[in-house]
Amino acid sequence: MDEIELRLDGNAAAGMLRDIFASDVTAARGACAACGAVAHLGSQHLYMYPLSPGAVLRCQLCQNVLAVFVHAGGRYRFALQGLTWLETSDV
Amino acid sequence: MKTLVLDVPDWPGHQAGQHVDVRLTAPDGYQAQRSYSIASAPDGSGHVAITVERIEDGEVSPYLSDVLVEGDQLELRGPIGGYFVWSPDLGGPLLLVAGGSGICPLMAMLRLRVAQGSRVPTRLLYSSRSLEDVIYRQELDALVARADGLQVFHTLTRAQPEGWTGYTRRIDHDMLAEVAFEAAQEPLNMVCGPTPLVEAVATTLVGLAHSPDRVKTERFGPTGG
Repeated sequence: MDEIELRLDGNAAAGMLRDIFASDVTAARGACAACGAVAHLGSQHLYMYPLSPGAVLRCQLCQNVLAVFVHAGGRYRFALQGLTWLETSDV
Repeated sequence: MKTLVLDVPDWPGHQAGQHVDVRLTAPDGYQAQRSYSIASAPDGSGHVAITVERIEDGEVSPYLSDVLVEGDQLELRGPIGGYFVWSPDLGGPLLLVAGGSGICPLMAMLRLRVAQGSRVPTRLLYSSRSLEDVIYRQELDALVARADGLQVFHTLTRAQPEGWTGYTRRIDHDMLAEVAFEAAQEPLNMVCGPTPLVEAVATTLVGLAHSPDRVKTERFGPTGG
């Protein structure tokens, strides 16, 4: 499979993220630490191989790695190295 | 292609465009999980309709298509995803672009639009391989016949019936230029389907001066069926 076929929207990670966060993080906005672009996480590019234990979220503009999610060994790890901030609704 | 209507106790309700994860567990504990868009409009009934495309060598879709019978139980997680959603109060105009089974979440939006009596100007551009592959064909015809501001444009990319007057090619720049609303009207554009189609459509819409903020996408990747 080539890169384009593997590309999804951040929205596709909503199920996994729901297990970690109280609110729907794919509807949250975040700022890319590399280029500064602000977008909803659901609109960013998600790379998630079928049946793999994790996913990589990249900025749709500069392809910087925003976050890495891994679910393995009975644990979730959520690495946020490429996001300067996240903003969620308070309702 | 098969539509399953699930009766979910304590279903909290959903927004048009959201999906559910279906998880199957084998007797030995092996688990497989897939996401399915909800095709039914939120109606407070606790019923959730998903349309499953049977993938020949898939792990989940053959079970849902061939083995599951009325009364069986399924493990569900949802509703999921608050980004690719629409409701009439978001207004319009609204352009929906679907490729194949990408119609499912958009169908929830069209059904909600009718259920709420919305007259938001709405256009659906729907790409299928052949007329037989058009999901919800009769229901779409019936929705158009209501003449409440919905227009539907079909393109059949592989085979067309005799006398077909619709489009006969993959969605391209010229087709979107004809079908899409003017960017100056600031329409909301929702695109769902296989990743290459979604990327081509989204890029073309932005090229037609639509703001990237007004182009929402949901890519159906290689889910493994």
